[in-house]
Amino acid sequence: MVWRTLAAVALTTCFLFPIYWLFMISFKTPEEIFAFPPRWWPSHIQFDNYAVLFKDGDAVTVWNSLVVASASTVLAMLLGTLCAYSLARFRTGGVHLSNWIISQRMVPPIAVVFPIFLMYVFLGWVDTYLGLILVYTAFNLPYVIWMMRGYILDIPVSLEEAALVDGWTRWQVLWKVVMPMARAGLFATAILTFIFAWNEFLFALVLTRTEVATYTVQVTHYFGGQSGFWAKISAMSVLGTLPIFVVVAFMQRYLVRGISLGAVKG
Amino acid sequence: MGRQVGGLPGAFEVGVLRARSVPSQRARPRERGFQLALVAPSIFVLLLFGVLPLVYLIVVSVQNITMIDVDQSFHGLLNYRLLAADRRLWEALLHTGIFTAIALPVELVLGLAMAQLFIEHIPGRGVFVALLVLPVVVSPIVAGTTWSLMFDNRFGPINQILGWIAGEPAAILWTIRPDLVYVAILMAEIWQWTPFMFLLLLAALSGVDKSQLEAASIDGAGYWRTFRKIVLPAIRPVMVVAILIRALDLVRLFDIVWALTKGGPGTMTETLSVFTYVKGFQQFETSYTAAVALLVIVLLSVAVFAALKRVELAR
Repeated sequence: MVWRTLAAVALTTCFLFPIYWLFMISFKTPEEIFAFPPRWWPSHIQFDNYAVLFKDGDAVTVWNSLVVASASTVLAMLLGTLCAYSLARFRTGGVHLSNWIISQRMVPPIAVVFPIFLMYVFLGWVDTYLGLILVYTAFNLPYVIWMMRGYILDIPVSLEEAALVDGWTRWQVLWKVVMPMARAGLFATAILTFIFAWNEFLFALVLTRTEVATYTVQVTHYFGGQSGFWAKISAMSVLGTLPIFVVVAFMQRYLVRGISLGAVKG
Repeated sequence: MGRQVGGLPGAFEVGVLRARSVPSQRARPRERGFQLALVAPSIFVLLLFGVLPLVYLIVVSVQNITMIDVDQSFHGLLNYRLLAADRRLWEALLHTGIFTAIALPVELVLGLAMAQLFIEHIPGRGVFVALLVLPVVVSPIVAGTTWSLMFDNRFGPINQILGWIAGEPAAILWTIRPDLVYVAILMAEIWQWTPFMFLLLLAALSGVDKSQLEAASIDGAGYWRTFRKIVLPAIRPVMVVAILIRALDLVRLFDIVWALTKGGPGTMTETLSVFTYVKGFQQFETSYTAAVALLVIVLLSVAVFAALKRVELAR
C-alpha cells in the first residue's frame, strides 16, 4: 500500500505540474518569468498581470465567453430536453431518428464551420452574439438529447401514468412530474454543455473578430509576437480555466457519466 | 464508489432501443401532434446547422471560387481531381493518422494502468481522483498554450529538469526541431486525455463483479489470467466507447496543434483540420476547401461506420 500511495502521489504531481506552472507564471513579475534558470515559484503573489487585462479591456472576452456559453446552454437544454422526452417516451421517429441525432455529434467542426462562415457572411451574423450562440446550440444539441434521453429512461413511467389518469395534460406532466425528477440529469448535462461551449476554440476563431471574441481566441492573440506576452497569456488562461475548476469541483458525481456519453452510469 | 456499468449508448447497439412507451398513447391526433412538436425545434436546428452546410459544400465544391475570382459556373469534378494530386493534403492525413495511432494506445494503456493503481484502497483516493480530472476540463487551446510555455527552450521547466538529469544545461527547441515536434504535441495531447481514459476505466473497473475475482483467486488463477479472462471482458463495453470517443476527437485534432506549432515547422505537423483551416481561412481557396471538407466528412463517416461494424461483429 505504501508504494501504491507513493505512485499515486508521483502521478498526480506529474499531471498537475503543467497547471501549477500556468498559474504560477500568471503571478510572477516579468523579471521572474524571464529569469534563467526558471524560478519554480514567484517570490510573492502579485496581480499586476490580471490588472493589465482589465485595464486594457481584454478581460471582456471572458464576459463574452460567459454570455455565449450560458445562452447556448439554456437554448440547447430547452430544445434538447423536450426532444429527448419525445424520443424516450414515445419513440418518436424510431431508431433512425435517434441514431441520426447522435451521428450529428460526429460531424467534424472543421467541415461545417466553413459553409457556416459563408452563410453568416451572407446573413451578417459574423462577430455577433447571436451567431456564436446558435452555432454552439446546434453543436451541443445532439449531446443534450442523447444524455437527457438516457436520464429520462431512468425515470419510472408509473408516476406519469398516475398523473395522466388524474386528468393532467401532457404538458403538465412534463413540467411538474418529469422535469423535477430529471433534475440531477438536467443539472449535470447543462454543466457539461456549458463547459464544451466555454472551452470551444475553432468556431469562435472563425466566427468572431473583435466584438464577441471569446477568451480562447484572445489567448491565441498573444502568440507569435514577443514572448513578452507570457504574462498576458497565462493570466488570460487562468481567468478562463479557474471558473471551470470551481464548477467541476461541485459536480464530481456526474462527471464520468457526462464525459462518457452515458456509457458509464454514476 | 460502486458504479454501475451500463450498456453501450444506443448508436452502438444498433437497432435496439431501450425505450418504453407510456400506454394510453393510442396515437390520437393531438397526442401525435404533441410528440412531434417536442422534436420539431431540435430537428430544425440540426438541419439548419448540420445538413444545410453539407448541401452548400457540395454546391460550392463544383464551382471555382477563390479569393480573387467569384466564378460560380459549373466546373464538374475539377476540385476533386486537384485533391488527388495534392501532396500536402495526403501528408496532413498521414500526420493525423500518426497522432491517432500513437496517442490512442498510449492513453489507453496508461489510463488503464492508472485505473488499476487507483482501484485499490489508497488514503485520500477521492482527492487524487478529483485532482486528476482537471486536465480533462481545461480548454484544449489552453492545454496547448500551457505546454508551449513548458517547452520553452530557455524559460521552460522541461529543459531545466532535463538539464539536471543530463548534468549540463539543455536548450532543446522542442516545437521547432523536426525530430522532436511530434513528441511535444503528443505530450500535451496525452497529458490532457489520459485522465479521461483513466476516469472511464476506473468507473468500469469498480463495476467488475467482486465474487468472480474471489472465485478466480481461490482457483489459483494468476494476475494476468484473471485480468484477461474476467476483468477485460467486463470493462470491454466502456473501453470501446472510450476508444471511439477519443478516436473521433483525434481525427479532428486542431486546438493543441494550433497552440503549439500552427502545423509547423513548415507543414510537418499539419493535421487534416489545420490544413482545411489554412486553405479556407488563410488562402481563401473557397471551392477547393469545400471539396477538402467533404472528403474529411466522407473519410470520417467511413471510419465511424467501419468501427461500429467491427464493434457489432465482435460482440
